[in-house]
Amino acid sequence: MTSATVTGKPDEPVVATRNYLTEGGVTLRSWLLTRDHKRIAILYTLSITVFFFVGGAAATLIRLNLVTPSGIFTPDIYNRLFTLHGIVMVWFFLIPSIPNTMGNFLIPLMIGAKDLAFPRLNLLSWYLYVGAGLLALFAILIGGVDTGWTFYTPFSSLYSNGYVVLALAAVLAVGFSSILTGLNFIVTTHRMRAPGMTWYRLPVFVWSNYATSVIMVLATPVLAITLILVAAERLLKVGIFDPALGGDPLLFQHLFWFYSHPAVYIMILPGFGVISEIVPCFARKPLFGYKFVVWSSIAISVIGFFVWAHHMFVAGISLYAGLVFSLLSYVIAVPSAIKVFNWTATLHKGWISFDAPMLYALGFIGLFTIGGLTGLFVANLAFDVHVTDTYFVVAHFHYIMVGGMVSAYFGGLHYWWPKVTGRLYPEWWARIAALLIFFGFNLTFFPQFILGYLGMERRYYSYPPEFQAWNILSSAGASVLAAGYALPFFYLGWSLFRGKRAGSNPWAATGLEWQTSSPPPTHNFDRMPTVTRPPYQYRPEPEPQDV
Amino acid sequence: MGSLQLLPPTASAHAADMDWLFAALLGTSAFILLLVFGLMILFCVRYRKNSKVERGNRLGRTWRVEVAWTTATFIAFLGLYFWGAELYVDIHSPPKDATDIYVVGKQWMWKIEHPGGQREIDTLHVPVGRPVRLVLTSEDVIHDFAIPAFRIRQDALPGRYETLWFTPTEVGDYRLFCAEFCGTWHARMGGSVVVMQPSDFQRWLDSQDPGPSLAQEGEALFRSYGCSGCHGGAGTVRAPRLEGLFGRPVPLEDGRTVIADDRYIRDSILMPKAEIAAGYPPVMPSFAGQIGEDDLLKLVAYIKSLADGTAGTSQAGSVERPAQ
Ligand code: HEC
Ligand code: HEM
Ligand SMILES: [Cu+2]
Ligand SMILES: [Cu+2]
Repeated sequence: MTSATVTGKPDEPVVATRNYLTEGGVTLRSWLLTRDHKRIAILYTLSITVFFFVGGAAATLIRLNLVTPSGIFTPDIYNRLFTLHGIVMVWFFLIPSIPNTMGNFLIPLMIGAKDLAFPRLNLLSWYLYVGAGLLALFAILIGGVDTGWTFYTPFSSLYSNGYVVLALAAVLAVGFSSILTGLNFIVTTHRMRAPGMTWYRLPVFVWSNYATSVIMVLATPVLAITLILVAAERLLKVGIFDPALGGDPLLFQHLFWFYSHPAVYIMILPGFGVISEIVPCFARKPLFGYKFVVWSSIAISVIGFFVWAHHMFVAGISLYAGLVFSLLSYVIAVPSAIKVFNWTATLHKGWISFDAPMLYALGFIGLFTIGGLTGLFVANLAFDVHVTDTYFVVAHFHYIMVGGMVSAYFGGLHYWWPKVTGRLYPEWWARIAALLIFFGFNLTFFPQFILGYLGMERRYYSYPPEFQAWNILSSAGASVLAAGYALPFFYLGWSLFRGKRAGSNPWAATGLEWQTSSPPPTHNFDRMPTVTRPPYQYRPEPEPQDV
Repeated sequence: MGSLQLLPPTASAHAADMDWLFAALLGTSAFILLLVFGLMILFCVRYRKNSKVERGNRLGRTWRVEVAWTTATFIAFLGLYFWGAELYVDIHSPPKDATDIYVVGKQWMWKIEHPGGQREIDTLHVPVGRPVRLVLTSEDVIHDFAIPAFRIRQDALPGRYETLWFTPTEVGDYRLFCAEFCGTWHARMGGSVVVMQPSDFQRWLDSQDPGPSLAQEGEALFRSYGCSGCHGGAGTVRAPRLEGLFGRPVPLEDGRTVIADDRYIRDSILMPKAEIAAGYPPVMPSFAGQIGEDDLLKLVAYIKSLADGTAGTSQAGSVERPAQ
């Protein structure tokens, strides 16, 4: 479907000579001091890719260790590996993944603005991220941390002998980077929409990032406070969480999950946004129930603040607290379900094609549905009492965060790659990678549901021999998955130099970002766009867009 | 390397109930999953770009459809919620006749003390068919006492008592794990739960060198820590007698009434100022930091034994608690 609008041959000079990659210089300095949201998005993409590989390397070693019941590494090394994996993947990859790369690049383009509201703040946010990342890597290199990404007290505050305070500082700093990004997105969405871009004409991608930003701004400060309290107890022996000093160990868990449950929605809402762009485009149909999709995101970001204690059903909360938090968790599953139904209904009577972004999107829907449904299992009181802290929970959240969000990230990467780079990637390789990721993922994580129900606990470097068969399957799947994730690195890199020219709108997509050239000029639009129609006005046949 | 096992052993009444709940959750999810995947695949095939199938008459007013499926999912979800909630209430309501066994977690072992004074580490012997209530605490960080064959687990927190109860239904050896990450040897902090016929269990109890019972040891500690100086009735301080205390409601100075359970006794020793028994001067010193978890359990067991008269050689007088 793409050939109609593709122009030029691979080795022809750049079509749009005036674009953000060349305008303003190509020196390192021009990049490091840039205030262009698109360049900052590229800086973010490069840096989170580094962390994705760091976190991925740890995951590979974890799966390697679990091939044998007795483990391969010493427990101290293993404990450092899963802590490193969790901290890096959550705070240095997943939370910034879609918002700071695609959100940064696309929000101004999608709403018809020249840049984000605060370009300098945007750059500062990237420097905070890099600084925090270096601090985290430093902590890992000098000896690591063994608390798990959850930093439970009093283990983290008084018993662990890793570099806990350094890790806390790194997470604190990266938290500020999220807050700044969130603030920037909120103000931009409110203040910088082009004429005619009413709220209900915003693409769902913008809505989702908006909802995400609200959570970032409201929840992250609670994390900051909590981390500082842990550091205070660890360094100054102020009794806050350890009962031996007069503290309360559950207080930490309440504070931590008050941030971290909303944070899991930071890690999925932007994915919803990406899928809501891709599915209508490749089904050539408007998104089904636009307003429902939008308001379910908002509902999620609000209700998300009231379910935190579902992580604590066996931690020693009262019976009544358990009953209430479980009920609210069932309530929040409803808006998630709505979205799945809407994407599916969008396919109905469409003209569906299966380019790589669509394969990732369909994979997302499948894996997210499984992750969401198992959310109902773990939100179920009696059921959770059996599976909490087992691999069942590990599988649940990987289905959503990796199966869902990382698939959405790759889907978005492929979908907007032509816009960002001006080049097309090799379609066949991209489809192969999408399939490898889908099958590798299921092989890796499905066995973990069964392991969890059997009673295999999380964070175990060694385990009873009867669990080995499922663990071997899971590790085998992980190698397939690793290959799937490595592939795009090569063919996307290749396409940067040899890929076909994309033209401004290779997918014949609606949306303002497709109306400017690829790659876009620094100021995004040559003429201020005016919006006259709702989003997703797709028609069966690809047509040139009316600018 | 073991085969591809699907279900853990089922060794308690609750475990069997839980498997039914699991089946219901699976059934509901399978239904939704088949519906969504089925429709997705159907649409993808039928409405692929090149197919010539008729596409007129699309779904019009979307909100009706939306409201319909939102309500339907929510109702299905609620049913599951109530089922899970009912079982949860159940596992939080131990029967009155359950035997109490004390469990102390510490990096990286479980110390278990039977009421008769038998002690074991990382292994818990229990009789089949009799309810058992575990009273859990920790000496250092948070641990979690998990028995997959019974489908239950509970965190053991420092500075608190949590409880967990079960009635084993099948004789056998079952795995015991620590399920809350607690440091280097977390993965090795476990062992087994041995469910025995009551007669075998009795034989096992007898074969153990029981030493003094928990309550007897507690009685000795009650003297050595100087509790008896005030609570023994002979001293100059007016302090409540502890006979008959356990399990009864206690009116407090601030007007509230609390039940004297394990937690109350423990807190009375560590934080006496928090809940002052009505009618007494708040002179009891705090023993926080002076009495370890082991000794606390023994003191609690002793004070408990004063309620039902199982204490060996109690010096318990016949002084009535003052009328309140
Ligand atoms: C200095 C005298 C003194 C000593 C020593 C003392 N207590 Fe007390 N205790 C009191 C007084 C007075 C009260 C009632 C006021 C209150 O509740 O704090 C009390 C209350 C209690 C209660 C609550 C009783 C009720 O009826 O509510 C318990 C249980 C208790 N003490 C256990 C102990 C134990 C165990 C020790 C030894 C480790 C101990 N006490 C040492 C004076 C003492
Ligand atoms: C459909 C709605 C969802 C429900 C009802 C739900 C419910 C739950 C519950 C009850 C737990 C705690 C389980 C336990 O620790 O025993 C949990 C864990 C978790 N969930 Fe979900 N969840 C949902 C969606 C999500 C989403 C969207 C994400 C992330 C993108 C997510 C990520 C996580 C993570 C990371 C954990 C584990 C945290 C940890 O202990 O390390 N969940 N979920
Ligand atoms: Cu949660
Ligand atoms: Cu442990």
